[in-house]
Amino acid sequence: MKAFAERKILLSNVGLIDPERIDDYLERGGYGGLRAALERTPADVVEELKESGLRGRGGAGFPTGIKWEFVLKSRGKTRYVVCNADEGEPGTFKDRVLMEGDPHRLIEGMAICGYAVGARRGFIYVRGEYALSIRRLERAISQARERGFLGRGILGSDFSFDIEVRAGAGAYVCGEETALLESMEGKRGWPRIRPPFPADHGFRGRPTVVNNVETLANVPEIVRRGAAWYRTLGTADSPGTKLYPLSGALTRTGLVEAEMGIPLRTLIFDLGGGPPEGRELKGVLVGGAAGAFLAPDELDIPMDFGSLRRIGAILGSGAVLAFDDTACVVDLLGSVLSFFAHESCGQCTPCRVGTAVLVDLLARVRSGNGDASVLDAMRRVTEVMEVASLCPLGQSVGLPVGTALEKFRGEFESHLKRGPCPRCEAATEVHA
Amino acid sequence: MITLKLDGREVRAKKGQTILEVATENGIRIPTLCYLEGLSPKGTCRVCMVEIANRNGKLVPACVTPVEEGLEVITRSERLTRLRRTIVEMLFLERNHICAFCVSNGHCELQDLAVELGMDHVTFPYRYPGLAMDLSHDDFGLDHNRCVVCGRCVRACSEVEGAFTWGFTGRGIDTAVATDLGIPWGLSETCTSCGKCVQACPTGALFERGMATAAQVKSPEIIREVTERRPRVF
Ligand SMILES: Cc1cc2nc3c(=O)[nH]c(=O)nc-3n(C[C@H](O)[C@H](O)[C@H](O)COP(=O)(O)O)c2cc1C
Ligand code: SF4
Ligand code: SF4
Ligand code: SF4
Ligand code: FES
Repeated sequence: MKAFAERKILLSNVGLIDPERIDDYLERGGYGGLRAALERTPADVVEELKESGLRGRGGAGFPTGIKWEFVLKSRGKTRYVVCNADEGEPGTFKDRVLMEGDPHRLIEGMAICGYAVGARRGFIYVRGEYALSIRRLERAISQARERGFLGRGILGSDFSFDIEVRAGAGAYVCGEETALLESMEGKRGWPRIRPPFPADHGFRGRPTVVNNVETLANVPEIVRRGAAWYRTLGTADSPGTKLYPLSGALTRTGLVEAEMGIPLRTLIFDLGGGPPEGRELKGVLVGGAAGAFLAPDELDIPMDFGSLRRIGAILGSGAVLAFDDTACVVDLLGSVLSFFAHESCGQCTPCRVGTAVLVDLLARVRSGNGDASVLDAMRRVTEVMEVASLCPLGQSVGLPVGTALEKFRGEFESHLKRGPCPRCEAATEVHA
Repeated sequence: MITLKLDGREVRAKKGQTILEVATENGIRIPTLCYLEGLSPKGTCRVCMVEIANRNGKLVPACVTPVEEGLEVITRSERLTRLRRTIVEMLFLERNHICAFCVSNGHCELQDLAVELGMDHVTFPYRYPGLAMDLSHDDFGLDHNRCVVCGRCVRACSEVEGAFTWGFTGRGIDTAVATDLGIPWGLSETCTSCGKCVQACPTGALFERGMATAAQVKSPEIIREVTERRPRVF
């Protein structure tokens, strides 16, 4: 069996370099990937990405090389690269650490992407609250321009590429790639009907690569060291390392990087130090608010796309939120549902109304007002949301609801029978 | 030409047509709400969901999904009726639909859908929001209590009249239609008082002032008639 520990590749500079000094990045081999890319054909670079097996880190795990190939082969000369830095998934703070700690790695990844797919302009859509990320990115972009890594004729080649930072305005749904594009076009952040996908109908209707920050940050090393090297990391299904944001009832919370496939148990007990002394782990919410609740007997699951998929969970953003025996799952699910009700864009019926109904139904559970039919009603709502919502926001609410009800059913039933627990009572007061 | 199956029957269609258009041509009725002939389809109410039998039973909105060679579409089944019924239930519980006191009683697309789908009661908690009316316009009124957020008024106003008076405000369950970025309708400088929004509206949310209960009959087909006489620009 493989012994898992921290393995820093994306984070190798974070905390060691001054993110506001491009020379620090250059001294550690920075922009070597871009240099290497420019010596090859765009199709070659795309091929390298495909061989690396890199999968999108924004949540869905779509193969990055295949996405780039769609855009490279698309008709029309105007193409765009958009970096999704909206990072709104609860418990997720990985992109922020990259942007604040090593902004040039992202810029280099985007420039390589631009070269590979034939784009001349790139945009970074950053969560509006991330003021420091925005400042550091803007500074890094202007330094990269001064040194000829961005702008006209990059490094003496005939490839020109530049990047602009756009700030979001505080809507989780604008992290969904088509809502993000609408927002960038100055419209309401309402997800588009797909297909067509952004790869053929993206920003202003042009072929557009939309990639997550962490995805793009993987690119320079892949190009510099090759797909074969990259594949020595992680699993066959999910090569490479992954950033795992750890939060909740752990002794050491924070961001760790490890190879894909690291068991959840190792993340929680070795890297996260386990629950605080005297407490017991009750469960884990994996993948963010749109993720799955896991019970303590599921901790041996390898944390990669395929393994989690097989048990009906998702890797999502990689977020790990641990909770201990002092937590109430009804209360936790209540927070998740309030989040979705607040963030639903309101465009389609199942999600606009469904998220609100779920909040109402959960309030009945909390206060012990009803019987098991309330739980059935919750399932009926999420079943409709799963199959009939317009975008993945509404479609994914069934996962936390379904897994919480399945794995912690007793807790819901005891609320219905005995009324609110002390935690729910406190929460009701806060929310009221 | 494309060949596909609708409820087991082989039909031919032109490339670019939607499942809804092809079904209608072939005399198959699929329930709709946010769709209105003459306006761009948005696929947001989700009432028109149909099943694709040869894609693992995936559900797609018929009004915006283009036909493809070999698709096997199921437009009616117990599963679909249950789903559509729940969606219509959601629309009823979202706001305040007291049909007996509504200008559109008897002439309402939401009510008709409930009848068609056999939705005789709501099985989730009603929300009973306290919503206002806008009676500031001389000729028309808006009652948010009856609105289903279908956006037909917004599209009729922008795509057909070209006035861009209507838009949306808020998000989630607070999403609502609004005139001129949220000022009262009667103060709107862009509204031409053409009344197309009222005719396009499927429920009693938009109405002509002075209408008694059940007196408001609409002619949504004027949207198609106007657009048919016009050269297509997009
Ligand atoms: C509601 C919602 C929110 C999302 N938020 C983000 C986000 O903050 N950052 C991100 O990279 N992807 C987010 N995504 C996923 C994007 O739609 C898209 O799949 C991703 O940016 C593609 O990049 P990747 O292939 O590099 O993962 C979100 C998706 C949904 C449905
Ligand atoms: S699922 Fe929710 S967020 Fe997505 S389009 Fe529908 S209302 Fe908007
Ligand atoms: S809008 Fe239609 S469903 Fe609503 S109250 Fe009026 S008649 Fe009834
Ligand atoms: S006012 Fe009428 S047309 Fe406009 S969104 Fe509401 S129900 Fe639809
Ligand atoms: S009629 Fe198709 S989604 Fe509304």
